[in-house]
Amino acid sequence: MTLDLTFFQILITAVFVAASASLLGSFVILKRMALVGDALSHVALPGIALGLAFHVNPFIGAFTTLFLAVVGIWVLKYQTELPVDTLVGIFFTASLALGILFIPEHELLEALFGDIGTLGLMESIMSVLLSVGIIGSLIAIHKKLALSMLSDELAHSVGINNRKLDLVYLLIFALSIALGIRFVGALLMGSLVIIPAAAAKNISRSLHGFMTTSVLFGVLSAGGGVILSQILDVAPGPLFILTSTVLFILSLILRKLNQ
Amino acid sequence: MEVLKVENLIVGKESSPVIEKLSFSVAKGETLAIIGPNGAGKTTLFKALLGLTPYSGTITWAPNTKIGYVPQRMEIETDVPLTVEEFFRLRGKVATPEKIREILNYVQLDTPILKAGFGEISVGQRQRILVGWSILDNPTVLLFDEPTADVDIYGQESIYKMISHLHETLGLTVLLISHDLSIVYQYANNVMCLNHQQVCYGIPDEILKAEHLQTLYGGERGFYAHNHMGHTNHNHSTS
Repeated sequence: MTLDLTFFQILITAVFVAASASLLGSFVILKRMALVGDALSHVALPGIALGLAFHVNPFIGAFTTLFLAVVGIWVLKYQTELPVDTLVGIFFTASLALGILFIPEHELLEALFGDIGTLGLMESIMSVLLSVGIIGSLIAIHKKLALSMLSDELAHSVGINNRKLDLVYLLIFALSIALGIRFVGALLMGSLVIIPAAAAKNISRSLHGFMTTSVLFGVLSAGGGVILSQILDVAPGPLFILTSTVLFILSLILRKLNQ
Repeated sequence: MEVLKVENLIVGKESSPVIEKLSFSVAKGETLAIIGPNGAGKTTLFKALLGLTPYSGTITWAPNTKIGYVPQRMEIETDVPLTVEEFFRLRGKVATPEKIREILNYVQLDTPILKAGFGEISVGQRQRILVGWSILDNPTVLLFDEPTADVDIYGQESIYKMISHLHETLGLTVLLISHDLSIVYQYANNVMCLNHQQVCYGIPDEILKAEHLQTLYGGERGFYAHNHMGHTNHNHSTS
């Protein structure tokens, strides 16, 4: 095992990306849209395919398709009375299929499961900065967001613009997914967002405790995943998911014990 | 002085509107009770008043009107990670610790409840918290959508007493949806019967007569028009 600069670069990037994704996750769980969020993350795949085809950074490709998808959801939700869940389930899984067809086979594995080891220094710095931006924005709007998720009627009655807030939330979601793709890949990205938050919810009674624990679990899983991957010489993405799943099981036991 | 004026309000599809050509007005300091069968459009009316649903016609609030709203019920998971104190603090700067304490006093709850989970407390307690939450920013008008729908009979009475107390001490204008006609008798100045359109309007003594209720509720009349019909000397706080 060699602990070089690249290792620390990967570790720091993974920790920041996971911190922002799991903070976002606490709101995804609060809004009870875990499965929608998971399906939505698959939209990144055709974006990565486009990025590869046109030789632009896959992050930009992934963010572009995710951006179009969240704006699409937002418009559907407020302009029509169609059931959004079903449409998300169908079209976003279809986009996963499209992505698989169009991404060259040797790139497919990385797009599906991620490989943070291939991240350059500039990309790492950008990822850290964007993660800090996501965390800052979420903290800035967390009260409004929580209220709107608890009851949009109450939120509206105190002057909160639910539509605008929802759009901001979805854009943060798109950015966060695009960031995490390099780490865990399009297939597992939903878990990066959801599992630490789901584990945190098991043992939290307050909103602030929930948000903090969720970030803590995300950071622990990311750190654990990257260190284990160095020791075992495998990709860190799947190890992240497994570490956070262990944390989830532990939190579940703790919850049962407290009941 | 009018606080609210509604003219020709239509909500819902043209073929089967939920509310049809409704016009009424509410004076400052008035308590208006809105009664009607299930599905009559009462909650929809509140949503239109709050601007939560599209409508045609006009809804005019007096300038500087600040609305507090208490929903019928709040679907909440019992393990929602949110304390009662945090729920107050979601309001932002207005929810200072002093103000929260003052509000708890109004809604007759003790401070230890602040540390409790918002999903763990009883439905009656949660309704009180919601009432407290709605008056946090000193509103001039309160909209109550059946604030006691899921509360037991003793809890209901004390919630209405509390609302009546708020009405008197804070000089608020109150719009109240209620199923319970005895509540309407005790607390309302005016009653509007709604069944997609306005069926009747006036003071409780006039409106809650058998023929109006028959028109409004049909066969359900006997169930609603309980012991008040025989009384003659109610104290109807129509001051």
